[in-house]
Amino acid sequence: MSTSSAFLLLANGTSVPWADLPEWPVGEFARRTSAEIERGARLCAWFGVPEDGATRLVAVVAFDADNTLAAARSLPASGGYPSLTAAHPQAHLFEREVWEQDGIVPQGHPWLKPVRAGAAGAPAAGDFFRVEGREVHEVAVGPVHAGIIEPGHFRFQCAGEEVLHLEIALGYQHRGVERGMTAGPHRLTESQMDAVVGDTTIGHATAYASVAEALAGAEAPLRAQWLRLVALELERLANHTGDLGALANDVAFLPAASACGRIRGDFMNLTALICGNRFGRGLVRPGGCRHDLEPERLARMIERLDGGLADVETACEWLWDSASVRMRFEGTGTVSAEQAAELGLVGPAARACGLVRDVRYDHPAGWHRLAQAPVAVWPSGDVFARARVRWLEIQRSGQLLREQLASPADGEVRLEPAGPAPERLAVSLVEGWRGEICHAAVTDQAGRFRRYKIVDPSFHNWIGLALAMRGQAVSDFPVCNKSFNLSYCGFDL
Amino acid sequence: MFVVDTITHRLKRGCETMAYPKGPPPPLPDRHGGALRVEAAKCPDGCAECVPVCPTQAIVRAPGGGITLDLGRCLFCAACVQACPHGAITQTGDHRMAARSRGDLVLGAPGMETVRLASALDGKLRRLFGRSLRLRVVSAGGGGADEAGLNVLGTIGWDIGRFGIQFVASPRHADGLVVTGPVSRNMEEALRKTWEAIAEPKIVIAVGACAISGGPFAGNPEVRNGAEAVVPVDLFIPGWPPHPLTILDGLLRLLGRLEAGTDARPAPGRP
Repeated sequence: MSTSSAFLLLANGTSVPWADLPEWPVGEFARRTSAEIERGARLCAWFGVPEDGATRLVAVVAFDADNTLAAARSLPASGGYPSLTAAHPQAHLFEREVWEQDGIVPQGHPWLKPVRAGAAGAPAAGDFFRVEGREVHEVAVGPVHAGIIEPGHFRFQCAGEEVLHLEIALGYQHRGVERGMTAGPHRLTESQMDAVVGDTTIGHATAYASVAEALAGAEAPLRAQWLRLVALELERLANHTGDLGALANDVAFLPAASACGRIRGDFMNLTALICGNRFGRGLVRPGGCRHDLEPERLARMIERLDGGLADVETACEWLWDSASVRMRFEGTGTVSAEQAAELGLVGPAARACGLVRDVRYDHPAGWHRLAQAPVAVWPSGDVFARARVRWLEIQRSGQLLREQLASPADGEVRLEPAGPAPERLAVSLVEGWRGEICHAAVTDQAGRFRRYKIVDPSFHNWIGLALAMRGQAVSDFPVCNKSFNLSYCGFDL
Repeated sequence: MFVVDTITHRLKRGCETMAYPKGPPPPLPDRHGGALRVEAAKCPDGCAECVPVCPTQAIVRAPGGGITLDLGRCLFCAACVQACPHGAITQTGDHRMAARSRGDLVLGAPGMETVRLASALDGKLRRLFGRSLRLRVVSAGGGGADEAGLNVLGTIGWDIGRFGIQFVASPRHADGLVVTGPVSRNMEEALRKTWEAIAEPKIVIAVGACAISGGPFAGNPEVRNGAEAVVPVDLFIPGWPPHPLTILDGLLRLLGRLEAGTDARPAPGRP
C-alpha cells in the first residue's frame, strides 16, 4: 500500500534530502495528507518550517503495517487551508499547534484555540466547552493539583456525579524547548533533550541521538545500540511498575502500592548502575553512550534484575487476585478501538484498546532491529486493560532484558559523530514507556536546525483521557488519569 | 490475595524502611559522584580547560582569579572533572549539598572548596516546624523527575512521615512551599498565588538545578530561571534531579534533625 504513496518513503532513524520531499500548494498538500490517512497512514508529526517569511507545512506519517514512514511538504504558505480535523480527528492538536505557532489557519477546525501560548503568567486557555442545563454544573481542577505532580487544568461538565464532558487545558509547563533548538545544536541541547520529559530521559535522548546520527550519516556503534535498548527497557520497567503501584494506591489497595513504590526504585537503581543517575541523565549521546556496562557491572545487573522481577511478580499477583481491585478497574474509563484509532492514540493506551501498535515492532531502529519482544495488547479499553498491558510489558521487557544481558554486543560504546549535514530532514521514532516519541529535524544550509519538532506520546493521548471520562463518575478521575499517566511537560514542551 | 499471604510476605520481608539517619545513609550509586570539590588554588595561570565543557556555564574564571563553580547550576555530568588536567575539580561521593543561600553553592575559593551546608532554622521557626513540617509542592516547569524524587520519600523505604514531614494537598494546610522546575512563565501566577495562600511564617525550598537556576533551560525566554525570581527561597537542594537522599538530608538539616554522630558522608558505593 505504501509503495503507491505520493509521499517520500523513509525508514525510522534515517534522513533524506530536504529538496527530495514532494511539495504541493498548501491546500493540495492537506488533501494529499488526508488521502494518505484514509489509506491507513497515521499522523506522527505535522509542523511548520519557516522559510523566507512564510511557512512550509511538513507531514510525517507512518504506515505501520508496511513498516515505513513517509513525508511530504507544502510550498511556502500563509493564510489557510481546509482543516483535516473533521475527517481525521488525530490531526486536531497538530492543526491548533501550527495555527498558534505559524498563523496558518485550518479553516473549519471545530475547536480552534491556543495549545500552550501564554500571557501574564498563565496560558491563554480560551473559552471552555460548556454544557447548559439546570442540573449541569462545572468542576474546575488545577493547575496546581493535590499530589506531587505537574500542573494542568481540567474542566469537567457534570450532571450530578456523571461527567458529560472533560476539557483538558495545558501549557503551564511550557519551557520553550522547541524554539530553543533553532539554529542548534547548542551547548545545552543534549542536556535539554535529557529533560524534555523528566521520567523519559532515555526515550527522548535516544530519539535525539538518532536524529543527530541520521543527519551525520552515521550509526552509533552496535554496543551503544545494545546499551540503549537495555536502558530503554529499564526505563519501561521502572515506570510501568510505578504506575501499577499508583493505580493500586488509587483504589486503596495498599500492599501492591507499597511494594511497587519500592520496586520502582530498585529498577531505577539499575539505570544508576550504568551511569550514576537514576533517570539515565547523561547516558545517551549522539555517537553512542557516555558510559559502558563492564562485565562486573553486568553480572550485578543480571542478579538485581532477577530480584526485582521476582518482587514485581509477587506484588502483581496480589493485585490481580484481589476482587476489589478488579471490580474498580474493569469497565472504568473505557475507550473503544475505533476511538483510539481515530484519535491516533499511541503506546499502552492504544494497545489497551486492542490496537497492535508499537514502534519497536512496526518501525524497529537501533538494536530493536535484532531483538524484539512480542507486542502486548488487551482488548477491553478500560483501566483494567491499561493496567494489564503494563503488566504484560513488564514481563516481556524483563524477558527481553534477560536475553540481551546474557549476550552483550562487543566493541566501542561511543564514536565521535560528524556534524549534521545541511538541507536534510531526519525522523526518529522511539517507543518510550508512554508510547511513540517522534523527533524530526530539518537542517539549514549550514547544517544547523532550521526546525526541530518533538512529539511526545502525551500529545496524542491526552484526548484519550478526556474521552475515557465520558459517562464516568467524576470520582473515577484519579484512577482514569493514573491509568494514562501522561506527561504535562512533554505536551507543553 | 489472602490475608495469610500478605502477613507471611510481610513477616518474610521485615521492616523495609532504611535505618538512616540513625544508621548509616545508603550509598549513592558509585558513578553518581556526589557533590563536587573545587580547589581553585590548584589552577595554574591561564588554564581554563573546564570552562568550555560545562553545559550550563556553571564554571567561570574571572581575569586574574581562580575558577568558581556554581553547584546550583551543575548538572553533575562530570565533564569538568574529566577535563581538568590538575585535579582541581573532584567528586566527593558526598550526598550532602543543601545550602541556605545561593552563595554557599559557589565553590572554588580558598576555604570555599565545598558546599557550606545548610544550618538549621533558628528560634521560633525551628520550634514551630522542627517536629512537624507540612509542605505543598508546586511543579513549575518541572519535568517529572524532581517530583519523582519527592514522591519516593513517601514510599516505605524512606518513610518521610517518621520525621513529621508530610506533603499536603492544600497551601492552607502547609508550613512551606517546595518548588521544582525552572518556573515557566505560564506557572508564575499559580506559583505566586500558592505561596501567598500559605500562612506566615513560611519557608520555601527549591529542589533541583532547574528550580535553583533554570538548569538547562536557563536563558529561555519562556522561563524565569528558577524559583527565586518569584518567591524568596530558604533552602537550595542541588541535583539534576537531586537523589532522594540529598533531598532528605536537606530537609533534616533545615529542621536540625541531624545529630553529630549521624551527619556523615556515606561509605563509598560499590558498583
